[in-house]
Amino acid sequence: MTGEPILKVRDLTKAFGGVLALNRVSFDLHEGEILGIIGPNGSGKTTVVNSITGFIRLTSGKVFFRGKDITGKPPHKIADMGVTRTFQIMRPYYSLPAYKNLVIPLFSPRAKRTGGWRGGGRLGDRNTVGIDILEEIGFERDSYVPYKLASTLPTGYLKRLELARCLALKPEIVLCDEVFSGLSMSEIASMVPLIERLQMEGITLIMIEHRLRELFRVANRVMVLNFGEKLMEGTAETVMASEEVKKAYFGSEEVEEVMKHA
Amino acid sequence: MTAEQGRKERIDRGIKVRADSIYALMSWRELSYLALPRLVLIAGLLVIPLVMPSMYWQRVISIVCIYSLLALSFDFLAHYVGLVSLGGAFFVGTGGYIAAILNKSLGLSPLFTIPAATLGGAAICTVLLLPCLPLRGVYFAIVTLMYPLAFARVIEALDIFGGTDGIMGVASFPNQWVEQYFVIAVVLLLLFGLRRLVNLDLGLVFRAVKDNDQAVRASGMSVTYYKAVGVFIASALGCLAGACLVHIYMWSGISQFALDFSILPIAATVIGGGGTLVGPVLGCLLLVPLSELLRDFGTLRIVSYSLILMGFVVIRSEGLMVYGQRKYHQFERWVKV
Repeated sequence: MTGEPILKVRDLTKAFGGVLALNRVSFDLHEGEILGIIGPNGSGKTTVVNSITGFIRLTSGKVFFRGKDITGKPPHKIADMGVTRTFQIMRPYYSLPAYKNLVIPLFSPRAKRTGGWRGGGRLGDRNTVGIDILEEIGFERDSYVPYKLASTLPTGYLKRLELARCLALKPEIVLCDEVFSGLSMSEIASMVPLIERLQMEGITLIMIEHRLRELFRVANRVMVLNFGEKLMEGTAETVMASEEVKKAYFGSEEVEEVMKHA
Repeated sequence: MTAEQGRKERIDRGIKVRADSIYALMSWRELSYLALPRLVLIAGLLVIPLVMPSMYWQRVISIVCIYSLLALSFDFLAHYVGLVSLGGAFFVGTGGYIAAILNKSLGLSPLFTIPAATLGGAAICTVLLLPCLPLRGVYFAIVTLMYPLAFARVIEALDIFGGTDGIMGVASFPNQWVEQYFVIAVVLLLLFGLRRLVNLDLGLVFRAVKDNDQAVRASGMSVTYYKAVGVFIASALGCLAGACLVHIYMWSGISQFALDFSILPIAATVIGGGGTLVGPVLGCLLLVPLSELLRDFGTLRIVSYSLILMGFVVIRSEGLMVYGQRKYHQFERWVKV
């Protein structure tokens, strides 16, 4: 892809005490693409999301959004610029009905300024827009799912609610932290077209996933992390073919074991 | 009928449809079903001063309203913004002293001192509490508890604002009726106002901050800012209570920083039912007269007082109004199996 990348990450380093969660990770994100980030447990995937969106303070390194340095800014300022995230452990507002969950992002300064998703931030009745967004993202309006309390919704809907909360802000970049995890196969099957549709709407996505098959279907590029370091970056095919990645996932002895049985 | 012969059926009255905020009113009966409890509350509060036997008890009603404002402030902060405040005394003292000083030194009438003390006091309280707003946990409660203690000592030690004697001779309300109906009207207005507020978009943001501040941050909003707005509203309520109290007693002193103003509203909220807003007002309506009745017992007053509280916590910890609302919206009947 050509042109200036929408997000430039340079030498991202984060140390928790003596543990290097991220060690000089650099990558570019181009407008309109989907970048997958994979890696074994504890390889620093979520730390990447947390540090780009300002939820943790970096030890060193820089993050540029559209050429502007956003390192060290508070999370709400970064979200206000259009870099939004979902949480791996869902964080809905449990005491509110699902559609009221979306009134909050629609009430935010960004939504008021940009109009929010489908212009909802400017309209008087944010409740209605909230229900529309939920319907668009797969809440069945006819069975009153949008009206249910968030605390009564199953995981599949909560994952969608996380995405809807980002969407309501009319984001430029969405960082999805494991939106497929904990979902059944059929639920994932309906999420994949949704992700593709977001890309068609012009939203740039970073997706952290353990469900590699589904991720490789949607991602344009994949980056592999291992022990906080960038192992490699490339298309789904090259990553899948890489010996190094297999080693990172299965350990070096087991790869031979697996290969023998394959 | 017993459990062998039938089962208890719980029926929703069906007026709330789909969501909490949407009502479908089909008849006068359903309309009155919603309106009656509110009318009873309004009419009840307006009639109370008329049926009180003596001046003394009329004064008690005014004090009930003062405590109601504090309880509303506590309930709003604790259940809608997620900040547990022990700052009733802080708010009352700040509002009270501002009103007293404005009245004595500038000669302003209560008509001006009360609004000025409300807004000015709220601004002062909010600024002083600002440092602990970005933190989660018990810090807010501790700091709100600390300020009134510190202020009382500072006034005592430096002998400012009348020192231990306080500021005497503050102007009173024109007469007892104006005083009573003013505070009652204020309580009613703020009660219904707050109930409206928590269902507005702004109020939803407050509730979201309580539920999940990280998600609010991720939605591009500053949690500290909205907490500050919530604290401003709550401390305005408290300072208003303090200003009224000063004009009722015609005196302002360090006893307005006493912890009673922090603790009794919390007890009233426990009894009345937290999160309902109307519950704390009813709690005050029960607790304040009760503590007046128990005045004859001297220090034993606290014992009986604590026993009642204990009883409520053990037997009906959800509070009267939460229980009442649930029973009102659903009814139960036995049916044959």
